[in-house]
Amino acid sequence: MPLESVSAVAGKPPVVTTRTEARERAARNRKLGVYGARVAVLVAFLGLWEVCARTNVVDPFNFSQPSKIWDQIWQWITHGTAQGSLGEQIGYTLYEALTGWVIGVTGGVLLGIALGRIRFLADVFGPYIKVLNAIPRIVLAPIFLIWFGLGPASKVASAVVLVFFPVFFNAFQGAREVDRNLVANARILGADNRRVTLQVVIPAATTWIFTSLHVSFGFALIGAIVGEYIGATKGLGLLVAAAQGTFNAAGVYAAMTILAVVALLTEGLLTFAEKKLFRWKPADAGDGR
Amino acid sequence: MSKTPAIELTGATKRFRTPSGALHTAVRDLDLTVAQGEFVAVVGPTGCGKSTTLTLVSGLEEPTEGEVRVDGELVTGIDSKVGFVFQQDAVFPWRTVLSNVMAGPRFRGVPAAEARERARDWLGRVGLAAFEDRYPHQLSGGMRKRVALAQTFVNDPTILLMDEPFSALDVQTRALMSDQLLELWAGTGSSVVFVTHDLDEAIALADRVVVMTAGPATVKEVFTVDLPRPRTVEAVRLEPRFVELYREIWASLGEEVRITRERGAGRAA
Repeated sequence: MPLESVSAVAGKPPVVTTRTEARERAARNRKLGVYGARVAVLVAFLGLWEVCARTNVVDPFNFSQPSKIWDQIWQWITHGTAQGSLGEQIGYTLYEALTGWVIGVTGGVLLGIALGRIRFLADVFGPYIKVLNAIPRIVLAPIFLIWFGLGPASKVASAVVLVFFPVFFNAFQGAREVDRNLVANARILGADNRRVTLQVVIPAATTWIFTSLHVSFGFALIGAIVGEYIGATKGLGLLVAAAQGTFNAAGVYAAMTILAVVALLTEGLLTFAEKKLFRWKPADAGDGR
Repeated sequence: MSKTPAIELTGATKRFRTPSGALHTAVRDLDLTVAQGEFVAVVGPTGCGKSTTLTLVSGLEEPTEGEVRVDGELVTGIDSKVGFVFQQDAVFPWRTVLSNVMAGPRFRGVPAAEARERARDWLGRVGLAAFEDRYPHQLSGGMRKRVALAQTFVNDPTILLMDEPFSALDVQTRALMSDQLLELWAGTGSSVVFVTHDLDEAIALADRVVVMTAGPATVKEVFTVDLPRPRTVEAVRLEPRFVELYREIWASLGEEVRITRERGAGRAA
């Protein structure tokens, strides 16, 4: 109402809404609609769960309920867990996952590019890598526990084996499928083999490698958590195991929720780094729906 | 010194093994000489092995039989005197325009400051001085081709190999690029081998036009283009001598094109 009176007093001509403005407003409204619907879905899901649990449609002891999960998280935040403060548990898990991820990615990228560039190595090691890849690697976690003990080392090891293979295969593929024209051009311009690898093959393979980085950080977390779940002194996986041991369903969910938040945050950081690194790429064409 | 031909192919033959395991002869018993500072255009039917000839001269590939010499020396690897402009985009998409043009000198160990200076100079000559911070995907096809030209010329090649460099461009851009190429080349005194399937382009640019046979490629006939320089592509096309040459050369080239087409039809049947 005040807006109307102002424009009426000023005696301005009525605001001409151009098509561009109308379109912009429609786009804004659509965005708000999407966000609103997202929140509504979450609220409906949690609400339904809560109601069903309170009215005993589902058994609250086995399935827990959102309010209890929140209470559990809040208790961990304010009073700490049985194993120490919550921050410490998150820190341990992140430390193990990150260390494993860095080692796995470094190894995967280096070996992938080396085998992608050097035919002889690829021919020699190809079958062995295939065999290793065929092993369901998560079953190695108990072995690592025996080898490296209850400390972080065994979790780092299981994260490494989970991360290594997808990164390796992507780097290998990336190095193999570099545009031959680019390599020929670089060689004509005067690049030696080392420069071709560093300045043509690696930049060209980064697209491939980065697609695997997203997935592989998830794998690193899985490796760390499963390792902790099997046997550890600290970490979120241990929280899950401890909660399960005391039939505390809310505790299991609470740890899961915290894990999801941690995973999403790191994922966001990775996307940010990717945007910085790939300024040379044309904007995603898939966005123009 | 200047008596030594810039490029000399004698009895050059190149065979490839196809994925199915059969031997494919791309170039057979090819003799070709290019004098210092000469502009030679090579025309031939599609897929006859023109490009293979260039890769032999560049040192990217070795001939199966015969000899390839550049400045009298046997080609055994990639020669720093050679520049190569590719048919497809071969600029590095992750480097800016300036960095792309600097790549050659940097690969050859020129200090960054000097390389930047030389790159800026060539970017100015191809009219892209204002675009040095852009990435290739932000440029048009013609502009990317100009980046490729600057990238090649900045190395001061005395042998310039061009593999249908303008075939992906539209007709108007192509004429502009041809004129620009003649201008850039005029100052360098380098020898050029320009592969194309466009006879118009070949006559407008070259001192001599070499007609190749249907694959496997070998030299069929060589024509001298006695049109005065400096030329501009649009103007030279209207001269009576141009039309005469066109008719003469097409009589020779057309036959090979027909053979290629009949073979293709035979294979399809």
